[in-house]
Amino acid sequence: MGSLAIPPLARLARLLNSWGVHPEGRKQLTADTSIARVPLPARLVLPLSQHIGAPARPIVEAGQRVLRNQLIAEAQGAISAPIHAPTSGTILGIAEVPVPHASGLPGPAILLEPDGLDEALPSEEIDPFSLSGEDISRRVAEAGIVGMGGATFPAAVKLSLGQKTRIPTLILNGGECEPYLTCDDRLMRDRADQVIDGALIILHAIGGSEALIGVENNKPEAIAALQSAAADTPTVKVVAVPSRYPMGSEKQLIEWITGREIPAGGRPADIGVMVQNVGTAAAIHRAIRYGEPLTSRIVTVSGGAVRTPRNVEVRVGTPLSALLDFCGGLKAEAARYVMGGPMMGMSVSSLEIPVIKGSGGLLALLADEVGSQGADDASAGPCIRCASCVGACPIGLMPLDMAALIKGGELAASVDIGLKDCIGCGTCSYVCPSKIPLVHYFNHAKGELAAQDRARMKQDAIKQLADARTARMEQEAREKAEAAARRKAEREKAKAEAAAKKAAAEASTSPANASEESPA
Amino acid sequence: MNVISSPHAHGARSVGRVMLLVMLALVPATLAGFWRFGWPAVYLWLITILSCLVAEAFATRIRGIDTGRALFDGSAVLTGWLLAMSLPPWAPWWIGALGGAFAIVVTKHLFGGLGQNLFNPAMAARVMLLISFPVEMTQWLLPTPDALPGAMDALAITFGAGVPDAMSSASLLGHVKSEATKGILLDQSLIGHFSAGGFGLGERQGSLGETSALLLLGGGLFLVFQRIIGLRIPLAFLAGVALPAAIASTAAPSHYLGPLAHLLSGGVILAAFFIATDYVTSPSTPLGQWIFGLGCGLLTWIIRTWGAYPEGIAFAVMLMNATAPLIDQYTRPRIFGRGRDGRALNPAQSR
Repeated sequence: MGSLAIPPLARLARLLNSWGVHPEGRKQLTADTSIARVPLPARLVLPLSQHIGAPARPIVEAGQRVLRNQLIAEAQGAISAPIHAPTSGTILGIAEVPVPHASGLPGPAILLEPDGLDEALPSEEIDPFSLSGEDISRRVAEAGIVGMGGATFPAAVKLSLGQKTRIPTLILNGGECEPYLTCDDRLMRDRADQVIDGALIILHAIGGSEALIGVENNKPEAIAALQSAAADTPTVKVVAVPSRYPMGSEKQLIEWITGREIPAGGRPADIGVMVQNVGTAAAIHRAIRYGEPLTSRIVTVSGGAVRTPRNVEVRVGTPLSALLDFCGGLKAEAARYVMGGPMMGMSVSSLEIPVIKGSGGLLALLADEVGSQGADDASAGPCIRCASCVGACPIGLMPLDMAALIKGGELAASVDIGLKDCIGCGTCSYVCPSKIPLVHYFNHAKGELAAQDRARMKQDAIKQLADARTARMEQEAREKAEAAARRKAEREKAKAEAAAKKAAAEASTSPANASEESPA
Repeated sequence: MNVISSPHAHGARSVGRVMLLVMLALVPATLAGFWRFGWPAVYLWLITILSCLVAEAFATRIRGIDTGRALFDGSAVLTGWLLAMSLPPWAPWWIGALGGAFAIVVTKHLFGGLGQNLFNPAMAARVMLLISFPVEMTQWLLPTPDALPGAMDALAITFGAGVPDAMSSASLLGHVKSEATKGILLDQSLIGHFSAGGFGLGERQGSLGETSALLLLGGGLFLVFQRIIGLRIPLAFLAGVALPAAIASTAAPSHYLGPLAHLLSGGVILAAFFIATDYVTSPSTPLGQWIFGLGCGLLTWIIRTWGAYPEGIAFAVMLMNATAPLIDQYTRPRIFGRGRDGRALNPAQSR
């Protein structure tokens, strides 16, 4: 870390500022289990939304046979990712099934029945460094790679951003600060060379000059493995960072390693940094070198209720129940099932939900592991203003005040004091002695605000349409009136002319002639 | 199974646990107070706590709040305990009973209950008692562990007679103040009245739990070590008292008490670690806590030096309580990625 220039004042501030928490790690449950492969289940469920952005569009139909790595749904829109068949088999159809989503509502998915042959499309090996940056981005996009740390942002979108703006620094996120999760730890230990190669490929694609791999110092084996794998690559450095939740948050990791802050509302690229998860780097390595799309990932299956907690490599689309079965099932009744880590993961209501590209963990937690915090006020006590949440917030917010405003219905005021800066890390809820579900309030309020924005946009659109209609009607009325006036004027003119003619004629002809000329 | 919001883990802290640890930290100084002032102090402590519990039950019942939960969160017991610590050790029973009821009903529940009160309940009750019953609230006792009444005689003191005149005397701050009004300079009035060692150990006149400065300091540091309280408010409080005292006593030693005499007199240590650090009535922001502590200390010194009352802590704390919401509003921490003014950082600058 000596080579990284952090101003002395920032260093001092770092010592005084003690944001974050040290939740009980519980990583020892799985940290020393090597990665095992889960056998193919009877049916794979491939949700069309496995990434942030528009869902993918299926291009297969029921009864069709597909091969492993074959494209079955294509990206739709700018921030989207295609989906590939994780094995060979028959497409059963597309159905609404339970999928991993915070709403708990079902979503569309492609159902695939494996034939057990696991036949793959032919592929070829490529030297990544012979490709241009654009080629690498395109291939990463075609491989359907999304951020594997859980954010599921399409990796190629970031890469192509790197070709537009100057991004000298790549940071690989190996923080893995969530308790229980060890999938990145295992990946870094067991496949360090893939991570390093992925880093070099990304650097090549964005024309960056250095890659820093940030790993929490509670993973000495991972740090050692990466260091030895990177021994011959001077552009890649491994940086040990303190084990403090949420160090794995992009903002905190960048700040810790480089001393730079992402401006509010900005992106890492704004300060010349790109962050990718270590798992994403390994997936990019495989996609570029061997043309393998993202169809499997490492998942930590853990929690006090699991008989044999371990890390598994599993095909995307495998139901959670199959993972649990592979790990010996339950040894005690689980109070809660969580997809991801306990701090930011999602509580799931069905074990038929499949593993998707961003799923790093399946936790079956006992009641005493969960704590008594619920999503409502029933278990929460009154806020005693202890300010634990203020001290722990990594963003410098005052969660207690934000929650009080939200409870009082003053959403705009809560935005004024930072609601939209909240990263939803859950630290405040974790430390709250009154067990107030603070993050729940914030997420709810953010959702409410988004809905209000949408409603406002919709209203604006309706108003615009209405205004346009009124304008059109007025225009038409005006045109009609003008036309009528014109016709009237013409008529009058004609009449006047006729009258003038008549008068002239009358003046020149006899009345008898005139009566003959105009028969009654 | 139902869908529940993250996080799916919780720290070990709970309100009850926090209150329990604070009480634990108070135990040594309380026992020292019992030892020095005898059975009347024990009775007063019991009466005050009981009064707070009864008042809490009464208030929660009327307000339709879960009474059982409120009684067991420990906050009412702690209020009573802290109030007892700040009362004259041989105060009559009705002082404790009235003070406890006032603290809970008026200061706490009329303001909205746990977490909503603007003023520290124990301090508000002490101030109410002091201005309503100045005689009973300023009867200080020479600490004489070997000449204390027995448990039965003590009942008579607590429930009737009060402090025998022969045993009562002024505290150091009161003594110095009254001597000064007679034109007697500090050099003279301090003779035989102050020794840092004796004061540190609690050999002085004062409230039930405020005299054993060293035991209170130990309890306070225990709370800091347990991360129940931070160091900002106590340090700022002590500095707020000691700095002006040091400056003034250096400039005019015969008119102003020195910093050590100030720190070891009255309830400075008790207030710095146990009263001013009250979560509800102190600021939540780091900078605000420095300002608050400094303000408490400074006001204490000012009131002691120029005010009508020899001891100013309760007034100082309450005055600062009133400013805490304002302090919070103007000392919000800087939000990540934003400047102090709340505007987003300029990327070029943070690059």
